[in-house]
Amino acid sequence: MNTLEIKNLNVSIDGQAILKDFNLTIPKGEVHALMGPNGTGKSTLAKVMAGHEDYTVESGEILLDGENILGKEADEISHAGLFLAFQYPMEIPGVSIANFIRAARQARLPEGEDINAVEYYKELYAKMDSLKMDRKFTARSLNEGFSGGEKKRCEILQMAMLEPKYCVMDETDSGLDIDALRIVSEGVNHMRSEERGFLVITHYQRLLDYIIPDVVHVMYDGRIVHSGDKELAKELESKGYDWVKEEFASASA
Amino acid sequence: MTTTLENPTHSLSANEPSWLAERRAAGLDQFKSLAMPTARDEAWRFASVGKLSIDDFNPVPAPATSTLDALTERSDLVTARAGRCVYVDDAPANFEGISQELADQGVIYLPLTEAIEQHPELLEKYFLQESTELGSEKFFGLHAATVKAGAVLYVPKGVEIADPFVNYYWTSGTRSAVFPHTLVIAEDNSKVSVVDLFFSETKENEALNISVSNIHAGANAHVFRKIVQDWNEKTVSFQLDTTVAERDAQVQNVAVNIGAERARFESQTRIEGPGADVKMYSLTVAEESQEFDQRTYQTHNAGNAVSDLLYKNALLDNSRTIFSGLIKVAEGAQQTDAYQTNRNLLLDPTADANALPGLEILANDVRCSHGATTGNVDEAELFYMMQRGISRRVAMQLMVFGFFEEVIEKIDSDELAENLRQLIHNKFESKIK
Ligand SMILES: Nc1ncnc2c1ncn2[C@@H]1O[C@H](COP(=O)(O)OP(=O)(O)OP(=O)(O)O)[C@@H](O)[C@H]1O
Ligand SMILES: [Mg+2]
Repeated sequence: MNTLEIKNLNVSIDGQAILKDFNLTIPKGEVHALMGPNGTGKSTLAKVMAGHEDYTVESGEILLDGENILGKEADEISHAGLFLAFQYPMEIPGVSIANFIRAARQARLPEGEDINAVEYYKELYAKMDSLKMDRKFTARSLNEGFSGGEKKRCEILQMAMLEPKYCVMDETDSGLDIDALRIVSEGVNHMRSEERGFLVITHYQRLLDYIIPDVVHVMYDGRIVHSGDKELAKELESKGYDWVKEEFASASA
Repeated sequence: MTTTLENPTHSLSANEPSWLAERRAAGLDQFKSLAMPTARDEAWRFASVGKLSIDDFNPVPAPATSTLDALTERSDLVTARAGRCVYVDDAPANFEGISQELADQGVIYLPLTEAIEQHPELLEKYFLQESTELGSEKFFGLHAATVKAGAVLYVPKGVEIADPFVNYYWTSGTRSAVFPHTLVIAEDNSKVSVVDLFFSETKENEALNISVSNIHAGANAHVFRKIVQDWNEKTVSFQLDTTVAERDAQVQNVAVNIGAERARFESQTRIEGPGADVKMYSLTVAEESQEFDQRTYQTHNAGNAVSDLLYKNALLDNSRTIFSGLIKVAEGAQQTDAYQTNRNLLLDPTADANALPGLEILANDVRCSHGATTGNVDEAELFYMMQRGISRRVAMQLMVFGFFEEVIEKIDSDELAENLRQLIHNKFESKIK
């Protein structure tokens, strides 16, 4: 029950199959890395998990602690405990980070109950400090005019503030400089616990030096074709994906 | 048309100066002789003039004292103020005059009728001297013939007043017609701010408003006017506003439009001196079958001056907005900077935003721009917000506030800005599902 379980998921867009009998189980307490060539469907998987409506789910199930979240609205899935750190975070003009996160927190409270503003800001500032984000950012419009790295930090800030059960991080490392990569990774490691599972989508083994995964999966053509321990990421880094593709081609031949 | 509106019965002209009686008579003439607007009139393009009716609205007797007191009580959006007047159905409900200190400096802040009695020369010079040229001439005529409620503010040379003057205009009675008037005369080097608020007592009381406001900003005067139009949706409203800016004057108008079934807003800005800088900001939330019809005219008669207009509209349901703006730069008004922007955010596909931006430039060395954009809610932004657990309704609300923030942040009073956010929030609360 304490797992995020994806079973035989088939997803298409405009009649084109993208996820093909996809299977993956992430138990709480574990970090799973998902790697794979461009266009294999990693972000599609992340968005479908989060309830994006552009994709057609042909079949399958996504069970969050046993509860099927497929077909639910994005906000319900969020309340169920899934957080997606976006590959490309949206810019929301005129909505400050502080107000945005506050609205997200407020949405988790029962009707009629209000956030304690003092405690909220205290927590927000503490988490910003640990991510080395300037406190001035709270008043800035969400992601508007942020550098690529600033956007990614802001995703992790939101993740830390919302304390999800499962975190899906889509290429959070891209756009981060070396220091930021370390800071963000520390933020993530700080959140690691027996109560929380992670799916870390990345192209680079470097991130996995900081966030050490329990399992590494290689995705190709809409499904996981290889799983292993953290050494697998190193192997990919040195050998590239060709061997995966070849293996896949000969297996499916 | 009802007889009452055509033949004002109240004893306005009894002790009024002759110049005013003449202006009223001319106004009545104008009202009677001009035809009702039709769909063929350029000035009324896109407006649903067929539904425009001022029939069966009448000036009503003064409401009961209890009503006047209750609405005075509710006139509390701005607590730090230099003066306040409250009208209900054009009857005076409450008047807070200025401090002795301001009076000693020569500041005048009075209800319209008292200002006419006590300062006839001043009023003769400024009162009812700026008509509209944007299509509502007929209604301006009726206003001139009938007006008795209003606030007159005169700030002498060099006097600076930090707190705003706050004018509340309420409607309450049955099919009440009101004609509020705000007149601001800011002499050279003075500094002043004004808030005009238009409210209905209940959600149901039907009303007709034909209001006029004129700002005269002298050389290097600073005037900041905020307008809150939150009539109920049983109100037909005409707001006919003008601003005249002399050399180096700085005028800011910020309008928040939430209410009325049909709201026609005509705003004219005339720049008469170099160095003047006039800003016109407006935000509108339109819902149900509301129609907001906004016509603006920026005239630059002197060079080296700036006018900047930004009108933002958020539309829901079957609501409509019309923005028609014209910038006119007179011959010789070189180095004019004139901008005009209209942005519309459609929250429902059934809403309808129309834009007619225009330029007429007779000088050759100018910087002018005009533009209009209309967009739908961005689904990717919505998904992003919902992924954080925010409901569709709240996400849309945040987006609209985000869209408006650019205008709201221009408001210098945190209290008023917050109250405006609350008014907009209230409007949405029941709306976005
Ligand atoms: N909205 C969409 N419309 C059309 N095609 C789409 C859409 N979203 C994804 N696709 C297609 O689905 C495939 C998988 O895309 P996806 O973004 O999931 O890949 P990815 O593995 O995340 O790649 P990358 O490593 O480059 O981020 C691609 O071929 C992509 O073009
Ligand atoms: Mg991707």
